[in-house]
Amino acid sequence: MTEIDPLTLAVIQAGLQQVCNEMDIAFSRAAFSPVIAEADDRSDGIYGAEDGALIAQGELGLPVFVGTMAHSAAHLARLICEGSVAPPEPGDIYIVNDPYLGGTHLMDVRFARPVFVDGTLFCWLQNTGHWPDIGGMVPGGFSAHATEVEQEGLRLPPVKLFKRGELDREILAIIQSNIRVAEQRIGDIKAQAAALLVGESRLRELIARHGAAALQAAIAGIRARAAERMRAEIRRIPDGVYTSEAFVDSDGVVNQPLRIALTVAKRDETLTFDLSGSSPPCQGPMNSVWATTCSAIYLAVKHVFPHVPINAGTFEPLEVIRPEGTFLDARYPRPVSGCAAEVSQRIAEAVFLALAQAIPEELWAAPAGTSGNFALGGVDPARNTGYVMYQITGGGYGGNAHDDGLTNGCSTIGISKTAPVEVMEQYFPVLFRRFAIHEGSGGAGQRRGGFGVHYEVELLRGEAKASFVMDHGRFGPPGVLGGQPGAPNVVRLHRGGVTTVPEHLSKDQGLRLVAGDRVEVMTPGGGGYGDPLMRDRVMVARDVTRGYYTAEQAERLFGPFA
Amino acid sequence: MRRVAGIDVGGTFTDLLLQAADGTVRLAKVPTTAANQADGVLAAIVAAGAEPATLDLIIHGTTATTNAVLERKLARVGLITTAGFRDVLELGRRTRPHPYGLTGTFEPLVPRELRREVAERMDARGQVLVPLDEAAVEQEARALLDAGCEALVVHFLHAYANPAHERRAGEIARAIWPSAYVTLGHELLSEFREYERGTTASVNAAVQPVLDRYLHRLQAKLAEAGHARDLLVMNGNGGTVPARLVAKDAAKTVMSGPASGVMAAAATLAQSGLSNAITYDMGGTSTDVALIAGGVPEVSAELSIAYGLPIHLPMVDVRTVGAGGGSIAGLDRAGMLRVGPDSAGSQPGPICYGRGGARPTITDANLVLGRLDPARLLAVQDAVPMQRIRDAFARDIGDPLGLSVEQAAAAVIRLANVHMTGAIRMVSLSKGHDPRDFVLFAFGGAGPLHAVALAREIGIPEVLVPARPGLTNALGCLVADLRQDLVNTLNRGLDDIPEDEIAAVLAAQRERGLATVLAEKGEVEEAVVLHSAEMQFRGQTHLIRVALPRAAMTRAEIQAAFEAAYFARFQIRMPEIRAVLVNLNTSVIGRRRRFDLRALLPPGDGDALLGTRPLYADGAWHEAQVWQRERLALGARIAGPAIIQQADATTVLEPGSEAVVDPIGNLRVRV
Repeated sequence: MTEIDPLTLAVIQAGLQQVCNEMDIAFSRAAFSPVIAEADDRSDGIYGAEDGALIAQGELGLPVFVGTMAHSAAHLARLICEGSVAPPEPGDIYIVNDPYLGGTHLMDVRFARPVFVDGTLFCWLQNTGHWPDIGGMVPGGFSAHATEVEQEGLRLPPVKLFKRGELDREILAIIQSNIRVAEQRIGDIKAQAAALLVGESRLRELIARHGAAALQAAIAGIRARAAERMRAEIRRIPDGVYTSEAFVDSDGVVNQPLRIALTVAKRDETLTFDLSGSSPPCQGPMNSVWATTCSAIYLAVKHVFPHVPINAGTFEPLEVIRPEGTFLDARYPRPVSGCAAEVSQRIAEAVFLALAQAIPEELWAAPAGTSGNFALGGVDPARNTGYVMYQITGGGYGGNAHDDGLTNGCSTIGISKTAPVEVMEQYFPVLFRRFAIHEGSGGAGQRRGGFGVHYEVELLRGEAKASFVMDHGRFGPPGVLGGQPGAPNVVRLHRGGVTTVPEHLSKDQGLRLVAGDRVEVMTPGGGGYGDPLMRDRVMVARDVTRGYYTAEQAERLFGPFA
Repeated sequence: MRRVAGIDVGGTFTDLLLQAADGTVRLAKVPTTAANQADGVLAAIVAAGAEPATLDLIIHGTTATTNAVLERKLARVGLITTAGFRDVLELGRRTRPHPYGLTGTFEPLVPRELRREVAERMDARGQVLVPLDEAAVEQEARALLDAGCEALVVHFLHAYANPAHERRAGEIARAIWPSAYVTLGHELLSEFREYERGTTASVNAAVQPVLDRYLHRLQAKLAEAGHARDLLVMNGNGGTVPARLVAKDAAKTVMSGPASGVMAAAATLAQSGLSNAITYDMGGTSTDVALIAGGVPEVSAELSIAYGLPIHLPMVDVRTVGAGGGSIAGLDRAGMLRVGPDSAGSQPGPICYGRGGARPTITDANLVLGRLDPARLLAVQDAVPMQRIRDAFARDIGDPLGLSVEQAAAAVIRLANVHMTGAIRMVSLSKGHDPRDFVLFAFGGAGPLHAVALAREIGIPEVLVPARPGLTNALGCLVADLRQDLVNTLNRGLDDIPEDEIAAVLAAQRERGLATVLAEKGEVEEAVVLHSAEMQFRGQTHLIRVALPRAAMTRAEIQAAFEAAYFARFQIRMPEIRAVLVNLNTSVIGRRRRFDLRALLPPGDGDALLGTRPLYADGAWHEAQVWQRERLALGARIAGPAIIQQADATTVLEPGSEAVVDPIGNLRVRV
């Protein structure tokens, strides 16, 4: 292989990055579902022809897809090689959402498009979009009670949705017959395919500019540099073994916590992640597939070292031991709908808590770490149409060495925004009674945690069914270095004058509401960082003035301040 | 002829272009006086040899509000809002400052103790669910006054659908508020999305007193000097507004600085017979990029001035990248070359400033390569320490990579250009425009220095450097028209909206805009009314702006215009799905007399060749001719490698490029 000069490497790296960023933007701007268009629950990237190795990925994509899409591309390449999937031709686009083939949950649908140069496969362009529905037992796919993957929705192996540029109407018909609100999916499908087209035309400009051979050589060089960069970051961590644990409230079926047990070993230039002491596979949908488990660790490390560019090399110095026999290595037919949104965040939390012992000045206490999925499905009698409403919410981030945690920060694995109250009330027969700060929720510390959200929403017309997949209802996000945990997640249903709490606290499905009933949610605050008694008294008093804490709370949590 | 002065206050310099009674133009460039920008403005008028008393009109671009927001030197603002929703401004929409890394902070412009709730509620269709508690409004307004608030925001849920409660609460508050600093959310922006609308309103309230005080100071000083007329002030939409009205919508001035440069570019293009350009303004710490298609600058209503501070008002769509002359170059921990995002800023600044900067910057690289003349740096007093600069390039980049000092500096310039192509792609290619159909309009201190190489990098065939690249923002003031933008939200299926309703909304907007614009009788030659719609397919959340050539259009015509615009942007047709008309917009532009750019031309006696100097380009040293821009004759041709110097900018012609001075004095470079 020819040696590429450092300038050309940097130029090509920036070029590949721009290709991916443009795909990200094209996908979101053309998409229909708010979950993609408004919430950016999607990702685009470039992957190696033979091994699916990550070449570049958009900076505006959802973090949890960082690792999964490379797994998905690798499975696709393997299946083609084995002859069980038809070989690619120019203009084809494969569709796949099988969680066990490098996926997350079924709602995350991947499109993969081969790019040929002179008749040879040069690379894959791939994107993932979160579809608002993929069939299954509950609208939106976030079942809390499923016990096998078939209950969670339509599972697609890799098949060509576009053949030589033409949409296969027969496959489309099968998909549309199996999902809810199907008529709007065609817009998302066109947007998802168009983003790959945008990517291919930009990539061809790069190829024309530098030549295919030079580009391949540069890709190898960039990968080596990223690995070296990550090793340089790892060298700064003191050698040692760091252990941590994190708990998922329950699997939604059996009401007991699932334990994530993590051991991080740092030696020389390698970090080894061992999750093998974690709970066994569970009956409910909180199992995680291998690709998602890996991705959760990758994205957590990327959060800690945000300036390392993302490609296959970035993760070479990270050794993840496959946790066979645990709920973090789910096999068919274990249900998995909670893995991308919730379990992945608990894994990331365990990584933060372990590394906080090693390099405390660069880490933070645990963030809220739940996507706060609340789905409401019903028929609006005023419009005589069915609807599926999603409310997602953030929570407090953990305090860190320099600042208090952010309030209402996005989920660890996401970058998606919430929809405005004014939009929700236009589309759905609901009225928000409040959308406010979850007072008192920030974990006490020298730098306190940020605050969660406290909202209350009323059904105005007809009947509906509510489902929840959230977490941290049993234990709040832990603090570090003497900091206190943030407040846990709370769900309350106010129905016919009676207030109840779901049996599993943060997870339930199919709860019937009639007009006038209300759902109240309080999301977790972030954990505190450092001893609360060390907090600046002026800041404690300010927080009381602002009503973040009552005076009594503040005195109890932080000590005397007046 | 009327005597008109365009005065732009930038971060470092206050620039002035003055059109004298005989049609000639005078220029001035004086240091900006940060403590009170008015002093610099007066100094600029004096420096141009003019008397304020003799000026018929002053058109003013100011960074007073921009700086106030970025430095958080703002008025104390109180908020009165719907019960249950006082935290909307603090919660935002569940974001974080950077995609990776769970750190960073956000403080809303109105702290929680100054956000008060009153009982009232509208639903999404504008029906009253809870009547307004008028007594509570008065009580809370008084409490906020007692708490020392200078400005007040009234922001209620769904006020875009029915503003009755906001209006009534505004009446009550204004009756007791000692100043005019009361902002009603819907008055500034009548669109849904409570966080963006409320934040826009709070930005407005927070800068209103700042802008008002500044303009009063300035006008008092001008009046002392005998100039007692009203000013026109530049807005972020690229138009001007009379000073007596501007503070009401003060948020519109927050991003006005970059907009005036783009307006100058549009005026220059029009007089050059061109219509498509990408503007490229590179300064010391950042670079602004914008797109002009068909002679009209692109407008966006989704810009943010900082993390968590969206200002959803129609403004010239200027994208800023954090790469400027002060961007620091070096190797990362893996030995990969990096340029930025760290910047030496102006303090300590690049090594060449001699203020203690020790790490190589883009400006330093330009010196090493002979692209800049060390003897002619505006910001530098003492001799430039060339050896120290060369040593830094060798130490930080050249030695570890096995490159010569020149090769290292050239690599830095090349990589900086690649990063800037990313910003240019975002405003052009990613919106469906092909850069090959555009010229690169280069201005600002460093724009012309990099433009030819940058154009080559991205495939733009021609670079245009205007006659006075360092005074472009002042020119923008001088040529700017008056402008009023009006927006109404309908947010209904196109099929459900009666055609006469669309015509009626647009007619009402037209009337409101005309009333303001035509009040400036002395200045406005004609009023131009532009209508547009923001549309989407049902179920989408992003909007596409569609020009409406007339107020009275059929639904079929609007549908067809939307589908064409959508296809141009995404290459997708969507016959399966209905169209939704979200917003109707009208811009009323009061056209001023055309300013003939030839007035900016220096004498140009043709004796322009200054000599030669070594220039490193394409991997080798060349002996490049050095030309004095001010003395070039119209029609002069210069082949690269060459350097064209002028008082406020340096243009580098790479080998193989060729420049011609066009009939209005622009350098037109075939790259």
